[in-house]
This record gives sequence, structure tokens and C-alpha cells, in this order.
Amino acid sequence: MLETGLILRALARNKIGAMLIALQIALTMAIMVNAIFMIQDRQQQMQRASGLDEANTFYLTNTIFGQNYNIISHLQTDLNMIRNTPGVIDAIQINAVPLSGSGWSMALQHQPGEDQDAVGSAIYMVDEHAINSLGLELIAGTNFSQADVEIRQDGQSTWPAKTIITKAFAENLYPDDWQSAIGKTVYISQNQPLQIIGVVKAMQAPWNGWNGVERSMLVPFHREAKGGYYFIRTEPGQRDALMPIIEKALAESDKERIIRRVTTVEETRKRSYQQQNATNKILMTVVITLTLITGFGIVGLAIFSINRRTKQIGTRRALGATKGQIMRYFMMENFLISSFGILIGSVGAVALNMWLVNRFNLSPISFELIAFGVLALFIVGQLAVLYPARKAAMIPPATATRTI
Amino acid sequence: MFNYYLRLAWISILRHWGLSLLMVCAIGLGIGAAMTTITVNYLMSANPIPEKSEQLYYVQLDSWDVNDPFDDGLNPPDQLTFTDSTNLMRANKAFRQNVQAQAFGVIEPANPEMLPLIVNGRANSADFFTMFNVPFIYGSGWSRTSDDSKEFVVVLSKETNEKLFGGEDSVGKSIKLEGNMFRVVGVIDNWQPKPRFYDITTGAFNDTEDIFVPFHLIVDEKISRSGNTNCWKPTGDGFQAFLASECIWTQFWVQLKTEQDKADYLQFLSAYVQEQKQFGRFQRPLDNRLSNVMQWLESQEVVADDAQMMMAMSFMFLLVCLLNTVGLLLAKFLGKAPEIGLRQALGASKRTLFSQYIIEAACIGILGGILGLILAYLGLQGIEILYGDSMKDLASLDSKMATLAVLLALFSTILAGLYPTWRACNIQPAQQLKSQ
Repeated sequence: MLETGLILRALARNKIGAMLIALQIALTMAIMVNAIFMIQDRQQQMQRASGLDEANTFYLTNTIFGQNYNIISHLQTDLNMIRNTPGVIDAIQINAVPLSGSGWSMALQHQPGEDQDAVGSAIYMVDEHAINSLGLELIAGTNFSQADVEIRQDGQSTWPAKTIITKAFAENLYPDDWQSAIGKTVYISQNQPLQIIGVVKAMQAPWNGWNGVERSMLVPFHREAKGGYYFIRTEPGQRDALMPIIEKALAESDKERIIRRVTTVEETRKRSYQQQNATNKILMTVVITLTLITGFGIVGLAIFSINRRTKQIGTRRALGATKGQIMRYFMMENFLISSFGILIGSVGAVALNMWLVNRFNLSPISFELIAFGVLALFIVGQLAVLYPARKAAMIPPATATRTI
Repeated sequence: MFNYYLRLAWISILRHWGLSLLMVCAIGLGIGAAMTTITVNYLMSANPIPEKSEQLYYVQLDSWDVNDPFDDGLNPPDQLTFTDSTNLMRANKAFRQNVQAQAFGVIEPANPEMLPLIVNGRANSADFFTMFNVPFIYGSGWSRTSDDSKEFVVVLSKETNEKLFGGEDSVGKSIKLEGNMFRVVGVIDNWQPKPRFYDITTGAFNDTEDIFVPFHLIVDEKISRSGNTNCWKPTGDGFQAFLASECIWTQFWVQLKTEQDKADYLQFLSAYVQEQKQFGRFQRPLDNRLSNVMQWLESQEVVADDAQMMMAMSFMFLLVCLLNTVGLLLAKFLGKAPEIGLRQALGASKRTLFSQYIIEAACIGILGGILGLILAYLGLQGIEILYGDSMKDLASLDSKMATLAVLLALFSTILAGLYPTWRACNIQPAQQLKSQ
């Protein structure tokens, strides 16, 4: 401990140099901790399950341009054809795809009327094959039956009598007991009754940035519309082979429509989170380069200060200091500077986080992360000074007798 | 003398090449990161139509639910109902005015061998083209009379004209769109305002449309509407009920030449809303807004939060790099204390020493700036690859940015070099000479 005082007195003679390293460590820590925090935040977002059987599903758009085209009879033919293709588990017509970025939303309320609170939800128009086609898990209640499915004209304002909602939505509507949702009547479009007949474990809305992304509802509709999606689930491993086959079969079966954008759900997820992914990669690069720069900065400065003190070190060695003691001196010196820097850095990290929370609506940082930052920077500092310190320890005692 | 110092600097940089490399790398990385994010922010917040952005105004009216205000009452809705935009259009109180919405359709080419084409379209008024300075290769936009007499006319993008007519002058020819014949009146030259200010509800950095058709075609159901629709009140059945509903899906722009015109137009809007209140509409307090292009882009937060956050981070990153440089320069210059002492003893003034060492710092700064420029170029490429289409054309360096990069590097290194140089100039020669 005697050494600590000695080192501090030596440092006091070169305050600015030490301060510069400390400041650098402080800033690095503030940035590092916040960047990692943001990375974690995004990763959590990306890891949320969509509720679909993502690995084995794909979809395509069907755009009809023929005049006098019987949409509903073609829809039946198309769906029969796809469902009967070997390797296909099931298929549906749907109005929107989870995570794709575009879709419909409606609000549900407990009581009818204009001035009631309503909860927004994504709405998916499907038939009784939806649970099987999407790969959803029905955890309470029942599925639609074929008789429930109604035909919806474009611009129609009435809704079917039944709905299936996600567990997250049920929890939102019935916070005390989500299972009590089954059989309850809620109101859509302010005053149209809708009975909840089933609850699925999860199905995300089309918008990943929406705070209600877990709230979705299924309604039994076949749409008589000129544009829409077919959503198809295949046996494991068959998806990629079936995509071109089904595209071709649909395109050739009738020439008054265009089949486009044959896309897997995995691709959709990737595109949906492209920005988060990109930002994460950039933040990761920032953290790594920043650590490297600070590390090399410490190495550079340590080498320089050792070169300047070659003679002193030689003298100490000549007076009986062991190699270990010399090494310990420099390690200790770095430890003291780092401690100071890390102390400021911890305050800085919290301050930066507070600013980010204010400015960009991030959530407050966790204590564990700061602890991690503290540890990480101590390790970086010690590792960086290891090589210069060893070099210092190698200085022969004879140097003391030499003049430069 | 300058050349001599330059040579001395060069020798010194080479002698301590490891340290110099470290400094150049640190500055390069800092500048590279800062320039990458500055460029993205700069392009995102660029004025897409500087020549008249002050005269073009986006109109907002608060027609929303009195029980559940739009955007928690902070801003009026971002689009207008069909009823309101039609009424404003009919009133014709502005110098130029344009109602628009996004549309899509299928073109069946005359050549039966060609596959049908799905096109993104915009349904707008005649004034759109003059208001937004749309450049034409062939022909022009349609006239107000075409709007009034509900003609089936179309303006093609250069790319669509390329696909359908092989790029030749197609004015006067016809195309079949959604089963109807349309007369081509004009072909637009390359036109891609960034941000695509005239409609940011469907993506501020999206491509311009493939075709442009008169707005009345949506009303008459000759082309399908797309884009965002937002409703707060249940609508009746069918398209006519939808048009009469409180759903917002149209955008309305006006061109007003003077502040007086703007004041007059605002007054007109208030009168209009007051009048509508008599029909039981507009139950929220009066909140009409006229935002010019830059105000509109700002209020809709076109510059992504991510981009701003990255810029803040990259500046802190640059700061770390500069601190690093200060430390290293200090170490380097103080390491030269004996040499400096000797030079001072031989009669070098502080000024001479100062210029010599600041030139050395500047040299490192310029090298770092060049490295930073290369890194910024690579960084922007990386951003384009990582972010994909959403960043297309938003990640390119122009000469202005390149100059800024080198200047920033030079300026920041000189700043970083000031303290070490000052310390170097103040070395006591006697002490240095003594220890030798």
C-alpha cells in the first residue's frame, strides 16, 4: 500500500496525461454501456415470437385486373388447388401479413356507444383454416366453423358475429382473468357485437414498432376484393421447393390476375427488423472500435511514459526492485487512473442514458450493465498496460549507470 | 520556412511511425464515423425543393373525434377527409392547389406478349406538376380543364415510358389501365425528391410513382386507392358512404405567394371550419395549420431518431479519438523535450517552435482526414447495404461533405494539438540541457 501513495505522487506530477487517459476511459465507458443497452433493447424486440410457424410458411399477392371476374368462385378454386398440392399443410386468403408493415386495425370496446374507451388491434380476415395455415396455437375456446365464414364486399361496414383473439389482447380486455374472455361479447365499430370464441397463444400485428404489436384478432371473412394475399404452410423442408410450383400453378390457372411477391415469412421478419439489425451492427462496431482505440491509446501512452522513465526504472532495479515489483507499479498506476475514469464514466453513463431517455424515449439503464461496464474497462485497461509493463520490467539494472 | 517545417514534421512522423499511425487511425476513425452520420442526417434533412419551399403549404384541419383527439391533441390529423379536400379545392382560394392520394393499378400493354404491369400511382390535381416543379421530357401535365371535364389522361414516369414505349415520345398515345383507355399527356424526366416531401405519409424516402392520373378517377372508382386510411367514426356501406365519411386519406397542398396570402388563406380556413361546425362536424377546438415544406418535414419527424442518435454517438466517438490524440501528441512532444531544449538554447523562439509543432499536428490531421474520408465512404456503403432500400441515395458523399470531412479533421487535430504544442514551447531549456 506504500506503493499507492508513491504512484499517486508520481501521477500528480503528470496530472494532464493521467487525466486525459481517465477522461477517455470515462467517455468510452459512457458510450459503451449505453450502446450495449440499446443493442439489448433491440435484440429483445427482435426475439419476440410472431406466433406463426415461420420456418414453413410463405405468402404471395394476388392482384385481379380482369373485368367481370368472379372473385369468390376463383378464390375457392385457388384455395382447393393449393390445399390439395402435395406437401402443403393448409392455405388461406388473408388481408395482411404479420410484421409486413401494412395491414388493418380496428378497435374493440366493452360497451356499445360513441364515447367508450376502445382498444386497438390488428385485424386479420381469414377462414376456418387460419389456425392450421398460420401455425397458431389455440389455447382456449374453439375455432371458426365453415358456416361462420361470410363474404365481405369491398367497403362493407358490417362484421361477422365471432372472433378469435390473441392471449395478449384477452389480457388487455380482461386483466383479471384472460380466460374469462371466452364467450364474452365485445363491440367493434362502436356498436356491432362480436363474440369472442377462441384465444390463440400469439399472433403479432403487421407493425413491429407499434406498442400493441401483440394484439390481434381473427374474423371469419372471405374477401371479395381485387387484391389480397394467399398464405401457405407446408410440411417441414418443403417450402422452398413448393414456392415456385404454387406460383406457377396460380399464374397459369388464370390469366386475368397477377401473382407477385412470393415471400417467406422468414424474409418478412428479416426485412421488418432490417433497421434494428443494421443499427445493432453499427453500434457493435462502435463499441469494438472504441474499446480498441482506448486500449491502444493506453498502450501508446504507457510505452511513452516508460521510455521517459527508463533511467529511473533502471535505478529502481539496481536498488533491488524485482521485475514483479516494476510490473506491479505500472499495473497499479493504470488501475488507479482507470478507477478514476470509471468513476466519472459511471456518472457519465447514467447522464447519457438520462438524456437518451428524454430525447429518444429509451428506457432507463440497468445496474447490471453499469457493473459490466466497470468490469470490462478494468480488464481492458489492465490488458492494455500488460505489454508496456512487461517491457518496463525487462529494463536491465545496468541502465542506471549509463547516460543516454 | 513552411516547407522546412513540413519536412521536419514528416521526419518526425516517420521516426515514431507506430505512434503516428495510432493517431492517424484514431482521427480517421473518429472523422469517418462522424462524417458517415453527418451525411445521413444532412441528406435526410435536406430541402427537397429549395426554390419554393417557402411558398408551398400543407393543410391540416382538426376534424377528429372530440372524445379521443388525434395524436393526443398535440397535432391535427396528418391528412384530410375527402369532403374537406373537395370543398377546399372547389373554393379555389389559393394561387395553386392540389388534392392527392396514392393509387395503384394494372396496365395491360398493347403488345399481347408483354406481361401486365402493376404500377404505383398518384391521383392528383393538374396543379401538382407546376407546384412541385416536376421536370418533363415529353409533353407536360394535364390542364385544369382536364380535371373539370374528367378526362382520362395519364403522365408516365421515365421508367414506365421505357417499359411501355421503349423510351420514345409517347404523348398522344394510349395505354390500357384498369380496363380503361388513357391518353398519355406527358413523360416525367428522372425526378426523385429526397425526402419525397409531397407525400410522407406513405414513406418519406420512397420512390416517386410510376404513373400520375387525375384525382377524379379515384372518386369515380376507375382506379384503386392505396396509402394510409384512418377512421374514427364508423362508415356506412359502399364507396359513396366511404367518401362521405370522416376517414382521412387525402392530402392537400396549396401554393401561396406572400405572407398576406397565407394570412388570408388561414382566415378562409377558419371560416370554412366554423361553417362546417354548423353541420355538427369539427367538434374539436379550432386547430388549422399551414406548414411550409420544411416545417411539414420537421413536424412529421422525417429525420429518423436512429440517425440523430447515431450522430450524437459518433460525435462522442470523435471526442474520444481526439482525447486520444491529445494524449499521444503530448507524450510525443514531451518526449522531444531534450531536442526542444537544445533548439531553444540555440536561439529558436517560442513562435518558431509553436509553428513547427502545430504544423506537425496539422499533417497528422490531414492524413487522418483522408483516412476518415475513405472510412466515411466505406461506412456509407455499409449503411446502404445494412439498411437496404430505405437508405438508397441517402448515403452518398458529395464534394461539400468531402471538404467538410478534411476541414473537420484538420480543425479538430489542430485543436487537439494546441495544448501539447503549448506545453512543448514552454519547456525550460536549462533543465533539459542539464540532465544530458
